[in-house]
Amino acid sequence: MTAIGNRKHAPKKYLAENGALAGLLVLVVAIAVAQPAFLTAQNLLNVGVQAAVIAIMAFGMTFVVVAGGIDLSVGSIAALAAMVGALTAGPAGLVVGALCGLVNGALISYGKLPPFIATLAMLSVARGLTLVISEGQPHETDAVVTFLGSNLTPVVPLPLLLMLLFFGVTGLVLTRTNLGRRMYAIGGNEEAAKLSGIDVRRQKLWIYALSGLFAAAAGLVLAGRLASAGPQAAAGYELDAIAAVVIGGASLSGGVGRATGTLVGALVLAVLRNGLNLLQVPPFWQQVVIGAVIALAALLDSLRRR
Amino acid sequence: MNALITARGITKHFGPTKALDGVDLDIFAGEVHVLLGENGAGKSTLVKVLAGIHGPDAGTIEGSASLAVIHQELALVPELSVAENLFLNRLPRRFGFVDRAEARRRAPRLLERVGLDVDPDAKVKDLGIAQQQMIEIARALDKDAGVLILDEPTAVLTDTETDRLLEIMAQLRGNGVGLVFITHHLDEIQRIADRITVLRDGRSVGVLGPGVSTRHMIELMVGRPIDEQYPRARQRPGRPLLSISHLSRRGAFHDITIEVRAGEVVGIAGLVGAGRTEVARAAFGVDDYDEGSVEVDGKPLRRNDVQAAIKAGLGLVPEDRKGQGLVLTATVGQNLELVTLGNRDRERLHDMVGKLRVKGSVEQPVKELSGGNQQKVVIGKWLLADPKVLILDEPTRGVDVGAKVEIYELVNRMTAQGRAVLLVSSDLPEVIGMSDRVVVMAHGRVAGELPGGATQDQVMALAVQEISA
Repeated sequence: MTAIGNRKHAPKKYLAENGALAGLLVLVVAIAVAQPAFLTAQNLLNVGVQAAVIAIMAFGMTFVVVAGGIDLSVGSIAALAAMVGALTAGPAGLVVGALCGLVNGALISYGKLPPFIATLAMLSVARGLTLVISEGQPHETDAVVTFLGSNLTPVVPLPLLLMLLFFGVTGLVLTRTNLGRRMYAIGGNEEAAKLSGIDVRRQKLWIYALSGLFAAAAGLVLAGRLASAGPQAAAGYELDAIAAVVIGGASLSGGVGRATGTLVGALVLAVLRNGLNLLQVPPFWQQVVIGAVIALAALLDSLRRR
Repeated sequence: MNALITARGITKHFGPTKALDGVDLDIFAGEVHVLLGENGAGKSTLVKVLAGIHGPDAGTIEGSASLAVIHQELALVPELSVAENLFLNRLPRRFGFVDRAEARRRAPRLLERVGLDVDPDAKVKDLGIAQQQMIEIARALDKDAGVLILDEPTAVLTDTETDRLLEIMAQLRGNGVGLVFITHHLDEIQRIADRITVLRDGRSVGVLGPGVSTRHMIELMVGRPIDEQYPRARQRPGRPLLSISHLSRRGAFHDITIEVRAGEVVGIAGLVGAGRTEVARAAFGVDDYDEGSVEVDGKPLRRNDVQAAIKAGLGLVPEDRKGQGLVLTATVGQNLELVTLGNRDRERLHDMVGKLRVKGSVEQPVKELSGGNQQKVVIGKWLLADPKVLILDEPTRGVDVGAKVEIYELVNRMTAQGRAVLLVSSDLPEVIGMSDRVVVMAHGRVAGELPGGATQDQVMALAVQEISA
């Protein structure tokens, strides 16, 4: 209900409470001034496509982070799902992704492993399985998967639409379903959730399964864009996904986070990368800048909360 | 005799509650000074003010003696050795590295002072709790603490260990150390105290000498008349709604049988650590138990299954409001709907906020509310689920007087509707005033049962009784 509550506020207050959105606007204006080519329709669509994969992954991560956990395996799951999708069919990739998430959830809920450890193990296992089934080679994707990465019409890229679709689903799950409400309760105070009769362990199964499913979808979109699933695809994307969630104002200690924030977070990362390229900043320095921005976003958020 | 520490007029507020109100305290060299009082009387706050953890709002503390506090939760590093713990943060060094041989050589002299015979190389985690306590005392003494404050050290000790600790305390007293001793065990006080300062509601209500009777101590400690702060409207009890039978869990509670009937409020009184909360949690299915059974309205309840307990008609308002009762990151409404998430009707949330007279709105973050209003939210969460039996664990702790009475009215309303309440409370006037029967627990057992309107010293006499284990 928090998203609704905010609509009543004046835009200025809305921006003050959504530091990431304010940051995104500042970033867009600054880059547009420095390099007007940024604002062309084609380039903006590019930014959207670039953001899509990380955003979809980050939406799944939002569930996990709101529930007080972390999922380091999403990059590897994306690669495994894309590879399974390329070798068989797209839907099989989604199933495999959700299954990997279920295993994460089972290790965390019933094996009582810390999420960091359970998903770190899955990061390695899923990547290894990707290499095993692909024999280390990239594989072409079929027409269905390739379609996911294509342009629906000459002007509207499908990845962009998929990102918005997943954004809507995430918002609905978080604010309008019992599962979403339970995520906030578990992340905010797991003990209170348990004492209120919430089956915390079963909820965590679903939460990590959702994260796996979203990662698989992101992996398929990525493979569709390249018309190929690579064994090393999406390596390190989990960190971008976490960064997007954190830039979006979610708290890694749980209980706080919104779909809009994560969307903005993913857009900040994409705009930054795109802008730095347009400004011809050397790639080595780009990493430094992006890291600094992540630290800055988290710092501002922590100051605001104090 | 000159005082090591002289405290005058110490006053300390926490929000609207006055934890300490003009307390005077002198600690002399070579005395055991007992602080006595009910839970919440201000003993811990006084200790924290003396130790400099809290600054007083008013009053002065004078004295040159350095002071060490031995808390119930020990400040030792379990993975390090006895010697390393003794010299923690000030280990002898040689060439910039820790000189273990030197630490090992110096350790026995310290251990001897507290009569402890352990290997300085042993890991602290392998020692018993009593031995760990001694190590902490030895460490404090080595820092030349002139005043040693022991905060309920015997609560975790066996009888023999307690005897040993009292011996060492007597020895330290002989060496001119000033000891402040907090304990609920009146027999220990009679054995060792030189002076007893009795605290009640944040005030010092008397300083007693040695040889005082337990009866006199209890009277001073609880000495407030029960007035109409407790508007209990008694009902004629109906069928049993909650039956806890012969419930046992090793190390926590033993053979607990409590029955709560429709329209009844049954209180569980006892000291902190008597096992009251443990029984409440086990009955509600949060924790497991070894033996016994729990029935709700005649139907046996699956053990260790909170969902089943809620479905059967149980509810639990836990003792730790912020740690266990509330999701502090969420709004009032999100907290209220926590037990009844399936119900999409938002109107009931607004109704409950109105009915409970919560000073706040459904959309407001719950952490902005005062303690009393937060507690009403936790209770409201359960009222929305309409339980047959509500277990209240310390429901008015840290709650102001006005909200307290409102919570009592809710209890009356529940029982008037044929529901039942199990009330765990350390607030003696409350548990006596609001309960139709009071079960007193001590050392994990039922020490006795008293009818409503029993006196506070009757309850205390049962609560402090020693059961030979």
